[in-house]
Parts: sequence; C-alpha cells; structure tokens
Amino acid sequence: MGYTLRFVGETGSQTLRRTPLYEQHLRAGAKLVDFAGWELPVQYVGIREEHLAVRHDVGIFDVSHMGQIEVSGDGAVALCERLLTAEVGSLGIGSARYSLICDEHGGVLDDVLIYRLSETRLLLVTNCANHARDFAWVHAHNDGGVAVVSDHQDRYAMLAVQGPRARALLAGLTSGALPARMHCDRCEVGGVPVLACGTGYTGEDGLELLCEPQLAPKLWDALVRAGAQPAGLGARDTLRIEACFPLYGNDLDEQHDPISAGLGWACAERTGFIGAERVAAVRAAGPAQLLVPFVLDGPGIARAGNPVLPRVAEGGEPDGGGVVTSGTYSPSLECGVGLAYLPAWRATPGQQLQIDVRGTLRAATVASKPLYPKDR
Amino acid sequence: MRNPSTFGITWYAQDTLGEIVFFTPPAVGAQLAKDEHYTEVESVKAVSDVVAPLSGEVIEVNESLTNEPQKINEDPYGDGWLVRVRLTDPTEAQELMDAATYKATLP
Repeated sequence: MGYTLRFVGETGSQTLRRTPLYEQHLRAGAKLVDFAGWELPVQYVGIREEHLAVRHDVGIFDVSHMGQIEVSGDGAVALCERLLTAEVGSLGIGSARYSLICDEHGGVLDDVLIYRLSETRLLLVTNCANHARDFAWVHAHNDGGVAVVSDHQDRYAMLAVQGPRARALLAGLTSGALPARMHCDRCEVGGVPVLACGTGYTGEDGLELLCEPQLAPKLWDALVRAGAQPAGLGARDTLRIEACFPLYGNDLDEQHDPISAGLGWACAERTGFIGAERVAAVRAAGPAQLLVPFVLDGPGIARAGNPVLPRVAEGGEPDGGGVVTSGTYSPSLECGVGLAYLPAWRATPGQQLQIDVRGTLRAATVASKPLYPKDR
Repeated sequence: MRNPSTFGITWYAQDTLGEIVFFTPPAVGAQLAKDEHYTEVESVKAVSDVVAPLSGEVIEVNESLTNEPQKINEDPYGDGWLVRVRLTDPTEAQELMDAATYKATLP
C-alpha cells in the first residue's frame, strides 16, 4: 500500500498534514507514517491485534484524510450521474452507493462513496490522494454552473467504527436510531452531532461518522472509552484485502477499467456516464485480464509488483502472465494472500499460480471472493 | 569479537517492522559478506532484507523461528537470534558501532 515505513521524524523538513485526532494518536502510542502527504497512524498495539479486534469485536479508524465534495442544486443529480459509473437518479434520499469515476477511455480515476443527503444535495467521499483531481474533474464538468460544487474536505473529520460489535457500541452512545447498511442519517453520538453512514471498507458491519473537525477528539475519546480498539492503516489494509476490496493506486488506476477490476456491478452503462462506451465494450467482449484474490500455498508473502509467471494455454502461446497489485499476510487466515491481475482464461478459483516473490517462486491458488467469508 | 558469532536484528528493527510472520533462514554453509543481505524477515506490513554485519560462514540457523517467528519480536537479542556464523575476518568488527553509538543514531 502507499505508505512508507520511515518514521515521520526521519523525513526531515517535509510538511505533512495532520488530522484533528493527532494528539489522540500520540496518546494511544501510534506509529505515524507518511500516507499520501498525511501523517497517519499505521498501527497502535500491532496490526494483527487491531485486525482481529475489528473482525471479532470493534475497532475505530481515523479516516479524516478522506475527501468530501458536495454537489448541490438542481443540476446535482445529472452532473453526478454523468461522472459516476453507478446510477445516481435512483438513489433514495438517505442512501449511499459505491461507485467509480472513469475517464473517457474507461480508466478508473477514483472509487468513491456517494451519499444522497436530500433531493438536490449529494456528498462524494473520495480517496485523499485523488481528492484534488476529483474536485477539479467535477468542477470542470459542471457545464454552465448548473450545480454547486464545493470542496468540503476541511469541514469534516471522519471516523470509521467497524466490527460485529460496532452497532451495539454506538447504540449505547446515541439516543436515536442508527442508519442501516448503505444508508446515512444525522444523529448524535457521545454528544457530538454526526452524519452517520452504514458504510466501511473492512468487510465487517459498522458505521462511518462525519463530524466537525473540532469535535472529533470528543467523539474519538467517547468511542475509545466505550471499548473501541484504535486501529491503523496497517489493519485497514489487511482487512480490506481479506474482504477483496480494491485500493486505488494499488488495484485501481487509469490503466484499468472497472470490468477488469471485477467492479462491473458498480457500473450502469445505460446512464451514459463518461467512459460508459468503453466499459460496455469491455463487458461485451470480456476483459483480457481480471483482478482476483489468491492465497499462497506455503510460507512467504507476495507483495504488490510481484510478477505472476506466464503459462501456456492448451495448444497455444504463453499468455502474458500477471501481476500482484495487493499482497499481505492475512491475520485471519494466517497465510499470505493478495489480489492479482491475471489473464482472464485462468482467473478462476482453484487455478494454480507461480508468483515470483523477490526471486523465489511461490505457489499460490486463485481463491473466490471474499478471502475471509463472514459466515465461516 | 566472539568467533563464532550470533547474528540477529536489533530491537529498533523489529519494532519498526512490527509483527514478524515469516523468517526464511539461509542454508547452513552459506557464505555471508559484510554489509550484504543474506536473508529476509517478513512482517505483516513489509518485507525487509537482513544485512550481515560481518563476513563468514553460516554454521547454524535458528530453526525454531520457522514455527515461532514472533520470537524475533519478543527477544531479538536472545531467543530471536537468526544465525551463528564462523567469522572469516574478525578484524572487520573494528568497523562496527557499539550499542551506545548505534542508539544515538535512532530517531
């Protein structure tokens, strides 16, 4: 993933952005790293312990680095529907949807969540590394200024409370009802007004809470006091890989289209979004490569960038091989796992792979999604 | 310098890497060259080369790390040792830092 192992103190004079929870992180013993220009906790007590807390209990992540763009006004729905691969017009008020933003060639510019706050107010949650580009892209396509496009990154802190006990913990801190999965609503948590959303990126149930930055420490402290385990970027990465959720910059980029990334379900080409023609063509013809999960058969961990060796199809030429785009140790499965782009003809569960892990060939098997099923 | 010597990684190194989950030992008999990497340790978040502080031949590897790599985290200067090495040139040790000098280099 996109963080370096250097401690922030070693990077010298470079100025990193801090979230409103910086003091909380220091107090909780966080190791801080440079993540796309933000000084963020990679871990507190240890990735494995934080990961398992989210899988079996409840964890809390500071995701205040994520961006928010509000699109409002009469043209808001039409503008978002043109830019997002998902249907926006059919999105109910108080509902949320996962979507991609594509360029004209069907390449992925970002993956986002869109919340419909009212008939004419939509909130996009972006990846921090793409936020400025996303905002410029939305702004540039707002022909004639029919919608109001506002950068709200500085207006929100964002906390993700995730895990099987997340709802019970939050229920004890709020008087109102909590929004269901993929829904959002305003409520008060620990005395802090929040926009609560039944979303997350861990493969667990949970909620994401947006609040005013100056109230974020109060909210964080209330959640930690109630028993949520602070969890860092390291656990966020292992959790999302086990859930087979792609990470922009690793598994998604302009070089890859949504169909190849296995995200065809998030694309409604009939809306005519930017890139829809290309997405429809790839869907019709079938992608040449597909992003699939794999599990290492023995010891070792494949990492992003490791090549998957070519193989000869029956009676044919060797295919071009593939590449690992996310790889880690799975604390739940206790082995190496990851995501790789593979030639489509062998991107099916059970296929045997040879991965070149820093000069050592490691055997791996294509798995089905998710790597860690909830109902096991 | 004791000969044979025991090689491992420092407290700071294991703390920075976090939970170590795999250690692939070199073969007994492998020739190590000072300042060159001879093996790797894998933590959940990263893989890291391990560099030989001195030249020599591996005469023993810590087999217990195959099943219990977490010993490297728990006791890097004791049970978490990596290899024992018969030094080919013990005078190389004159170039090494002592513990206090090393600690002064840490952030």
